[in-house]
Amino acid sequence: MSDADKSGSEQGRLRATRRSVIKGVIASGVAVSAVGYVVYDRTARRPAAGSVERLITLNVNGRDRRVDVAPHETLAHTIRYKLGLTGTKLSCDRAECGACTVMLDGVTTYSCSTLTQAARGRKITTIEGIAGPDGGLHKVQKAMIAELGPQCGFCTSGQVVAAVALLNNNPHPTIDEARRGMSGNLCKCGAYDHYLKAVMRASREA
Amino acid sequence: MANEHKLIGKDFTVPDIEAKVTGRAKYSEDFRADNMVFCKTLTSPIPHAKIRSIDTSAALKMPGVVGILTADDVPQFPPPAQGIFAKDETFYVGEPILAVAAESEEAAVDAIEAIKIDFQELPHVVDPLESLFPGGPNARSGGNVAAGQIKLQTVKWDGADFAAAGDTKMPLGRPAEEWEYGSIDDGFKKAKVIIEENFVSGTMSHNCMEPRSAFAYWQGGKCFLHGSNQSHTAAIANIARYIGIKPDQLVFIAEYCGGGFGSKIPGYPNMAIAALMSKKINRPVMHRISRYEEYGIGSARPGFQGYIKMGFAPNGKMTAADLYIVQESGPMPTAGDFRAAAGAMSLLYQPQAMRFRTVPVLTNTIPVGAQRGPGENQLVNMIEPMMDKAARQLNIDRFEIRIINAPDSNAKFGKDQGPVTSAFIKDALVKLRTFSNWEERKKRSGQKNGTKLTGIGIGQGYHSAGSNGFDGLLRITADGKLHVHTGVGNLGTHSWASTARVAPDLLNVSWDNVVIERGDTRRGLPFNSPQAGSLTASTQSRTMYAAAMDMKAKLTDIAAQMLGGKADDYELADEKVVHKGGGKSITYQQAAQKAIALGGKYSGKEVPDELNPITKSSVAMIAGTGLIAAAKDMLPRVGTTPGLTCNVAEVEIDTETGVVEIKECMSVVDVGTVLFPLGLGHQIAGGQILGIGLAHLERHLYDPKLGIPAAVGFHQGKVPTYLDVPPSIAWQAVEKADPQHPLGIKGVGEPSLGSGSSCIVSAIADALGGHLFNRTPVTADMILNHLSGRPPAHKPLQVNTV
Repeated sequence: MSDADKSGSEQGRLRATRRSVIKGVIASGVAVSAVGYVVYDRTARRPAAGSVERLITLNVNGRDRRVDVAPHETLAHTIRYKLGLTGTKLSCDRAECGACTVMLDGVTTYSCSTLTQAARGRKITTIEGIAGPDGGLHKVQKAMIAELGPQCGFCTSGQVVAAVALLNNNPHPTIDEARRGMSGNLCKCGAYDHYLKAVMRASREA
Repeated sequence: MANEHKLIGKDFTVPDIEAKVTGRAKYSEDFRADNMVFCKTLTSPIPHAKIRSIDTSAALKMPGVVGILTADDVPQFPPPAQGIFAKDETFYVGEPILAVAAESEEAAVDAIEAIKIDFQELPHVVDPLESLFPGGPNARSGGNVAAGQIKLQTVKWDGADFAAAGDTKMPLGRPAEEWEYGSIDDGFKKAKVIIEENFVSGTMSHNCMEPRSAFAYWQGGKCFLHGSNQSHTAAIANIARYIGIKPDQLVFIAEYCGGGFGSKIPGYPNMAIAALMSKKINRPVMHRISRYEEYGIGSARPGFQGYIKMGFAPNGKMTAADLYIVQESGPMPTAGDFRAAAGAMSLLYQPQAMRFRTVPVLTNTIPVGAQRGPGENQLVNMIEPMMDKAARQLNIDRFEIRIINAPDSNAKFGKDQGPVTSAFIKDALVKLRTFSNWEERKKRSGQKNGTKLTGIGIGQGYHSAGSNGFDGLLRITADGKLHVHTGVGNLGTHSWASTARVAPDLLNVSWDNVVIERGDTRRGLPFNSPQAGSLTASTQSRTMYAAAMDMKAKLTDIAAQMLGGKADDYELADEKVVHKGGGKSITYQQAAQKAIALGGKYSGKEVPDELNPITKSSVAMIAGTGLIAAAKDMLPRVGTTPGLTCNVAEVEIDTETGVVEIKECMSVVDVGTVLFPLGLGHQIAGGQILGIGLAHLERHLYDPKLGIPAAVGFHQGKVPTYLDVPPSIAWQAVEKADPQHPLGIKGVGEPSLGSGSSCIVSAIADALGGHLFNRTPVTADMILNHLSGRPPAHKPLQVNTV
């Protein structure tokens, strides 16, 4: 493999495979290695020497948190592995599914594909910050319970955050607006109609 | 009967739902431990190769690297069984070969890049027919055909088989397995209409939202494993086998499972990597699985290349069926879909005579396995639109042809023509005809409105949906609480909770006084049904019934001992055991305290011999802590218990883009007594939505020249989104009890996907004037090519295409 292909990145992995295999076929016996990508290193190259973690402040769920963060680290990784907030899930890790959805200043974002450094100075809201400070559930959460929104639950954190952001921006969506607003969040169990019922129920609550 | 129950048949708030909507539910990647390391696997970049040597010396010296686990360190399973790592030969792109543990994932990845593997490329194959061709490549050095009960062998058809079929027909060479009941020759002679078709059912990933990450550590000689698994106690023996330990050395923690769809039933080899690495390096190990890695180890629904010939009498009755299935099996014998498809053919359409021939062919694609209705659902996608073709040729209604062929409770099933416990799909079809407003709706069939063509389709689904023989475990503690111990797992169907309500219902205990013990083997979990095969609702409810009857017997026995008289003199009412003559009673709390004092069978110190060893060791954990009922379900059940569903869909096809929009879907189900209406609706809707994916969206894509997968993520795999499905799905249930179940309950999970999928395939054919693609998924470009008179982009029997 060429040096460029040795990155271990998804890019190197997927795009270079054809070439690597051709080489493997032609030069039987050539050394070939392969690896899946890592969640918090999606860059095509290893971080440059001296690229180290720095202590920064993040505002998460209304609190300032001091945390050591590497330049290439994703927000999902920081949230899950450094702040202990495991409600945010990783599923596709490439901005396709929405399991990692959080809000930055009230706008939904895929935290798997957002650099933590980019969240400095912004209000980060994770699923753990959706309920009130007293632990009282948000109307979206109550509606999700009443309509039995989730099945397996793995996409649910992202669905709840997306629904809250949707209703913050559009308190009384039509069902078509709701499905469009939620369409960045996948559910493989097919709980879409239950989730939508919950969004519409929540939109009717004060 | 429904009115007698306080809990069964009623909606309720599922106990774990708040944890899911607040993010507190912990899945396997959500656990941490001091001194934890990460592990990553090196996976094969080549579809088929000999592994001549592995050099890890440079990797071991790299900073942060803690250890390397190779095939030499793990239990071996004789080929062609699926192992933990490829050892001497690798069979597909994405197959794990070894794992590296390091202080960080980045360090593990860097180390993997420093490992040198010497591969010798071997011929590979991704198309079963290519492997069956004379001189075609074998997916394994040892052969190209294997399955359960079919040993690894090489099967090559004759050139004449292929020549006779030409380019467009399915060649029909020597099968690896065949059976026939009745005489199909006689059946075809009686037929007025013959339908004869070739078909291709595409492969597709399970695409569980939760990748199968695992976290493990060892303490006191026991392995503590957090894994993503749809079953719980039914998986323990198999997981322990992968780790190479005894079942009682495994503490298995699996409170939540982020989707399985059949790919996480009895545990899986990958789960053992964290456990074995942890044992080797003596540190807790987190083995996170990325989406790309999940594609390689996360299983898939096997594809079919097939042939079907069906004969129909003038009234629409199927006189004969001749089915041939070549299964795309992946590189290991991990899927039996082909047999299940034949069973479904025999059950759903009750052909008077049937022949089945099959060859399950190994391919250098990812390992396949059961996926929600394995085999049954590929089959209905092919057959349901053909039923419409037969109805058109016979000039009878599309509901009529299904009703006349539908099974009833005297139906026969499969090769051996065995009995069924009940079948009320005829009732469901009659109900659906009204519910869907069929007579009015069918007038829109084929209508063109601007660029849109309307299609109306009917679909059916079947899967066996009930089993028996598992152990129920209940405990009333000294505080009077009823503890329901359940080992069924938590796949997301909510059936662990709905079945847990059976015991308090039968024992007159308030739901508020119930404690559910689940998710962690340290809580004393009995041997229960796998959470798979549409089994849980039916199987676990009768298991609970058996345990509740044991509890009732012990409660009345204790009351008689305390208050005098015989056990039969007492009955249960509101957490009390009351003398039928009135007056005397004891509370359940008093009974539990007495049981602790009595010991023996009352407190779990003695248990029935027939219990599974897992149940016995679980009872031993809780013995002496209350009044314990532990009983095996030995109630009779003779025959297959079928879950049966039917759906109607209305679609619109855009003739300019080929895009299919699903306008409306509705379903009627034969699932016996309804246990939990909201949960049942969820399974029906979820089945419909996954069915939409199976019908016209989701698929595998392989480069046939290089054996490289190209649909390795959600976007490429085309998982349905909110915008691909109708905003709501209507349903009704027949609500006729299964007579061989103490509560009449049957399952639904898998049939709902089959009917949900086949109604879409039928509706697309209907919109196109009855044109059969005989291929799933029915993609937009297939439709567009057809509408514009162009040939399809793929060869007739080609697989793994766009």
